[in-house]
Amino acid sequence: MNDVAHDEHRRQLLREMLRIRRFEEKSAELYTQEKIRGFMHLYVGEEAVAVGTLQALDADDAVVSTYREHGHALVRGIPARAVMAEMYGRQEGCSRGRGGSMHIFDAATRFCGGNAIVGGGLPLAVGLALADKLQGRARVSACLFGDGAVAEGEFHESLNLAALWKLPVLFLCENNFYAMGTALARAQSQPDLHLKAASYALGAEVVDGMDVLAVEAATRRAAQAVRGGGGPYFLELRTYRFSAHSMFDAQLYRDKAEVEDWRRRDPIVLFERQLRAAGVLDDATLARMEAEIAAEIAAAVAFAEAGSWEPVEDLTRFVYSEGPAP
Amino acid sequence: MAEITLVEAVNLALARALADDERVLVFGEDVGHNGGVFRATLGLQARFGERRVRDTPLNEALIAGIAIGLAAQGLRPVAEIQFSGFIYPTVDQLVNHAGRLRNRTRGRLSCPMVIRAPNGGGIHAPEHHSESPEAIFAHTPGLRVVVPSSPARAYGLLLAAIRDPDPVVFLEPARLYRAVKEEVADDGEAAPLDVCYVLREGRDVTLVGWGAMVRECLAAAEALAAQGVSAEVIDVATLKPLDIASILDSVAKTGRCVIVQEAPLAVGVGAEIAAQLAEHGLLNLLAPVRRVAGYDTVMPLFRLEHAFLPDAARIAATVRELLEYA
Repeated sequence: MNDVAHDEHRRQLLREMLRIRRFEEKSAELYTQEKIRGFMHLYVGEEAVAVGTLQALDADDAVVSTYREHGHALVRGIPARAVMAEMYGRQEGCSRGRGGSMHIFDAATRFCGGNAIVGGGLPLAVGLALADKLQGRARVSACLFGDGAVAEGEFHESLNLAALWKLPVLFLCENNFYAMGTALARAQSQPDLHLKAASYALGAEVVDGMDVLAVEAATRRAAQAVRGGGGPYFLELRTYRFSAHSMFDAQLYRDKAEVEDWRRRDPIVLFERQLRAAGVLDDATLARMEAEIAAEIAAAVAFAEAGSWEPVEDLTRFVYSEGPAP
Repeated sequence: MAEITLVEAVNLALARALADDERVLVFGEDVGHNGGVFRATLGLQARFGERRVRDTPLNEALIAGIAIGLAAQGLRPVAEIQFSGFIYPTVDQLVNHAGRLRNRTRGRLSCPMVIRAPNGGGIHAPEHHSESPEAIFAHTPGLRVVVPSSPARAYGLLLAAIRDPDPVVFLEPARLYRAVKEEVADDGEAAPLDVCYVLREGRDVTLVGWGAMVRECLAAAEALAAQGVSAEVIDVATLKPLDIASILDSVAKTGRCVIVQEAPLAVGVGAEIAAQLAEHGLLNLLAPVRRVAGYDTVMPLFRLEHAFLPDAARIAATVRELLEYA
């Protein structure tokens, strides 16, 4: 990558992080207006992880995600309007209005689901990877999950089998130090999660998840190793969610001072400062970026507002095959 | 005597059980430090200490499994599963071990444990956060399945479940957690298990429900009364073992029965009640037994939730159809 392309790429990373942040801020606003209902989990603070990891994947790789997946979906390339419409429960949403905030799916980008079940996606990713291996495709199945998932049995079963069979899975652990309201150290005998993963005989390392360049570099290396047939790889991406766990969370489990400490490491603020210092970003560029993002989100909201509801007659459709298309 | 909500009644019963019996232990995901996802265990850890009110990591199968081990040692574990949609990993432990310990040791060991979980829809969440899996457990030999329908009933039944010598799956209707308040005396009195509760006497039809559906049955009975139809309302409360005698007695009087279940229709607890009415009460029937239930599909997102959930209008309409037979 030459210098110009490199500069443009770094601005693009910042833009994607900002895009998630603004999307989430708008989502919170829409939730209070009851446009979006049900449960919703915001990604604010963790943007560098989604952007750094998913930018490093190829278009035909698969992504298996979590219930905190709006950011993953956006970076993966699902149009913001399809994600927003899904959160509204509109038929025009990427899950046709049946998934909502927690179950965003998109076949075109091989985005194999948000998942409301912690740890539920890991076996799925192992299966996707096994299919690729059996069919001789050099694709990566990237599986995002939180630190809470490390406690579930499926985590251990999945890492073991993926390592044993040398499957092309990239395990991406978004360690934000809380499984909802339970601090990592209260749940794990070995809170250095990459050490736990390494015991399954796969490549494992820890990355500063607030540093988008570090995340991207580590993911590129890891994905290349996985794609080259070296078996699975595990990245522990240390990050922090600034927002509450969900929209109903009084955050009794953590000190405000702790949140403030982490906010000083806001991945967007840090990276913006870094780009300015390098002379790669100025006020005008940033203002243009913000304006473009605001326009995209406004269009997404308008699209969702204008969407249609699934008719009540369709309530029981798509439970079984409805036969071949006429 | 204070007026409290159903979730406060659960909290009150847990506190009473912890205070009265040293053997009682409360544990689960986020139940201690954070007070539970719905605040059912709020303040219990501060009052009774971390030894007796514990946070576990995210591992539902293990939560159920250690409850069995504790119970077999004579303790009284009361474990929380965060949502009934997260309860499926416990099925192996509950079906293969908890329900069989007494039988396979011919009574030498028993399993006095309670698994509590918020249950059912009506809280605008799709899928895993709105499930009604009671039939899975009611089908299992050796398990008791209990569903409260009001704050007072929740208090009494939960105390009874904790004191019961066998494993109890205690499913709390999440939509009722804060829907109503009623006076609940913290008198430590358990309400009897394995019996139905007749909440309203009537002559023309028997409405049978449990959990959140009891309120819909009562509302339907009220609407029907305005039209001169007298409905008896039965709260099943304990789904297994089933007090079919009370239902048969009622139907012998009314000649008609509508069973209301929130879970999908097929192979639900309502089917068992209908089968027993056919076997033991057919000659008392003036009209077919009818079920008003959820549909055989996945709980939809908020927009269609009301179409899935049985309500007073559907119940009343079904009753009016039955009255055409006589």
